[in-house]
Amino acid sequence: MAFLEISGLQKFYGPNHVVRDFNLDVGEGEFVSFLGPSGCGKTTTLRMVAGFETPSEGVIRIDGRDVVNLKPSQRDIGMVFQAYALFPNMTVAQNVAFGLKVAGMPRPRIAARVAEMLAIIKLPELGARFPFQLSGGQQQRVALARALAVQPKVLLLDEPLSALDAKIRVSLREEIRAIQRKLGITTIYVTHDQEEALAMSDRIVVMRDGIAEQIGDPFEIYNRPATRFVASFVGTLNVLDARLLDPATGLVTVDGQEIRLARAVRGEAGETIPISLRPQAILLGSGPDPGGRLRGRVDSVSFLGSVVRIRVALDGQNLAVDIFNTAAMRPPKPGETVDLAFATGDVLVLEGAAD
Amino acid sequence: MPRHRTSTIPAPRSWAWLGLLPFAAFAALFLIVPTMFIVVGSFRNAAGDFTLANIVNLFQPSILAAFWISIRISFASAFLGCAIGFAIAAAMIHGGLPGWLRGPMLTFSGVASNFAGVPLAFAFLATLGRLGLVTVLLRDWAGINIYAMGFNLLSFFGLTLTYLFFQIPLMILIVTPALDGLRREWREAAEILGASRAQYWRMVALPILWPTLLGTLALLFANAFGAVATAYALTGSSLGIVPILLFAQIRGDVLQDPHLGYALAFGMIVVTGIANAIYIWLRTRAERWIK
Amino acid sequence: MKPPRIWAWLALAFGLIYFFLPLIGTLEFSLRMRRGEYSFDAYRVVLADPQFRATFSYSVILACLTILVGVIIVVPTAYWVRLRLPRWRPVVEFITLLPLVIPPIVIVFGYIRLYNTSSILPLTGTAMGTNVLLMFGYATLSLPYMYRAVDTGLRAIDVATLTEAAESLGAGWITIMARVILPNVLVAVLSGAFLTFAIVIGEFVLAALLNRPAFGPYLQLIGANRAYEPAALAVIAFAITWACMGLIQLVTRFQKFKTVPR
Repeated sequence: MAFLEISGLQKFYGPNHVVRDFNLDVGEGEFVSFLGPSGCGKTTTLRMVAGFETPSEGVIRIDGRDVVNLKPSQRDIGMVFQAYALFPNMTVAQNVAFGLKVAGMPRPRIAARVAEMLAIIKLPELGARFPFQLSGGQQQRVALARALAVQPKVLLLDEPLSALDAKIRVSLREEIRAIQRKLGITTIYVTHDQEEALAMSDRIVVMRDGIAEQIGDPFEIYNRPATRFVASFVGTLNVLDARLLDPATGLVTVDGQEIRLARAVRGEAGETIPISLRPQAILLGSGPDPGGRLRGRVDSVSFLGSVVRIRVALDGQNLAVDIFNTAAMRPPKPGETVDLAFATGDVLVLEGAAD
Repeated sequence: MPRHRTSTIPAPRSWAWLGLLPFAAFAALFLIVPTMFIVVGSFRNAAGDFTLANIVNLFQPSILAAFWISIRISFASAFLGCAIGFAIAAAMIHGGLPGWLRGPMLTFSGVASNFAGVPLAFAFLATLGRLGLVTVLLRDWAGINIYAMGFNLLSFFGLTLTYLFFQIPLMILIVTPALDGLRREWREAAEILGASRAQYWRMVALPILWPTLLGTLALLFANAFGAVATAYALTGSSLGIVPILLFAQIRGDVLQDPHLGYALAFGMIVVTGIANAIYIWLRTRAERWIK
Repeated sequence: MKPPRIWAWLALAFGLIYFFLPLIGTLEFSLRMRRGEYSFDAYRVVLADPQFRATFSYSVILACLTILVGVIIVVPTAYWVRLRLPRWRPVVEFITLLPLVIPPIVIVFGYIRLYNTSSILPLTGTAMGTNVLLMFGYATLSLPYMYRAVDTGLRAIDVATLTEAAESLGAGWITIMARVILPNVLVAVLSGAFLTFAIVIGEFVLAALLNRPAFGPYLQLIGANRAYEPAALAVIAFAITWACMGLIQLVTRFQKFKTVPR
């Protein structure tokens, strides 16, 4: 049975439908990310779980208990906010102790628990500092310790890394994940950063316009995006309009060049459908048979470090190709004509027409 | 042009402080020297020799009583002004009142906090004086004669009530930005950690607001303590608060000894000075967590 | 949004009653001069009084001069402290806050003793000298408000860059002040100016003790001798204060409109 269960969740702000029929079961100890652009309803959903927003409809259960009508303070939840949510008038230790103090825990036990938490976040010597004396990364670690000190059943993190700079973001996300694994706490993590979601999560919920477009593990989300939106939001993706010639055999043309997908495609002959290909799924050269092939002219070549991205123009559409940057091979020059090869199995046929 | 290079380096002994001269002259001539003159004068006798006699003379019952009632009125109006102003501002910001109230309320506060002095006395006389609107209405409609019940506008209670008309709005103006500075995350973090609303206010919000509240209390105290015009227009010289006593003394109609006047003024500075010293001391204790 | 709490409505209701009753009472009282019916007689009497006109125009002129002197002293000082003497800021700020701590009656007492006829600067010896003294006294009283308004205005602009830009174009100090700095803090200066006006126009203690025919002492005199006219004057004074605050709002809004973020 799911530990955190969300079903039929709806939220209206006046005429705006910000969360639509949201359903999710989170297992005990699982780390689930809500991923999506700003305004997609991910934060609203999280705040409904926390109890800061009241759902218009739907049920939220934590460990079998319906919490919709409970106050935030009664839900056994820990939460880490975007930034600067530490109480500025208290030291680090007092911040971490806050939840224990209001719960009426005796002093010696509070002190022990605070020491334990500070050890977990690896800041044991900073207990006497005030928040303004800490870096942004340290503040968020203290916020995590404060949230975990009360031993909540569920941990909610609302874009906790978005205010930090890139290097600390990466190291801190690993640390958060490690602590989460160690404590085995059920966690929901809201982010707009796809890399973060892919790197940390057991499962990802990709959201747009209040709808969960796809729920799946990172591998699935990245490699088998269910919709065009998921495909384009998670990583770079070439989306091409293809003309369907024969639905049964999967024969399509892209700017006049035939591709045989070798599997059936839904739709009618003559219809235009979106297909997609990841840049790293394409090779330069003619490649083995049977496979997909395209021919085009190099538009631009840009070095991205270990990868070289080549933009190739077909007859009207264009696509990106990523190749590894090796000393052995010089990349083509703009203006050259190149052959592109790919496995037809890597071609994704997406739901939803071009938008 | 190497010759000019030296001129771009600022001279080690800069003359920039000269720019402060006009301000310094103004402040010295019209603020600091006159005040110091009073302070020094209160330690001198008519012949110009040092003496403590003036200060000692302050400790006569009538003057002590004047100081005592002044301090009581000032503190009461400052404290009530802080408490009520805080409650109104908090109602406006955190009480869920309609948002459009905020603009008119702040504008009104700006007006009311500056509506002091003689006209304010008139307004309260017209309302709570013997023939004032409220007095008459209560008498004719509700059968309550507040003057028969011992109310008097020319009293501790009446003056405090009048002073609140500029004290409360001043508090609202000062505390509103401070209340705006309370982050939503603090309240939510406290809430989700299990704190009740009262615990949040006691353990988080009030400690954060404490320096502002203290500072405003000191400011309102000084504001009321130095106010002459309202009290004078209300009562003439009949209510013996310190500023009225000093006013009468300067006009030459009560005390004959000018140096006692100095001592009175010095006493006023000492009282407001102590109020502010207490404020600064408490504030430095309360503000350890600020950069 | 959460529904309003009961205590919030109670606080608001208390505020409304406390603040509007005196205003309504004053207005009602001011209309009661003619027996048995409401009339504007009290206003007519007041406005026809030559003393009213004389003292009111005296105070208006004094307020304008005070604002002028205040601006000339405060703007360059605040600018200079921000640009060149940041270390002096706490000192200057402390001095500008002193008039909130030292009661005005003490300050004016000092003036009377310091600038009397037997001193080296006998300002109180002549009417004009006393006027000047009163004006500087008002400038002192308004110093905390004026300085804070201007300093806040300066904080919003990059003083150093603006100055360097003007200097690189060959502008002198007067030009920089009048053409670059002042227009940029104009809204702040105007806010301070209207506040100063509101303070000066009805001020009583300084004018009374320096014995000048200003509006404040006139108000007190009428209050001591008449019944209905004081209420009419209080309504007029309230209207003036309201107009000053309204103008502050107006110029502030105008600024928001003008400086659209790019």
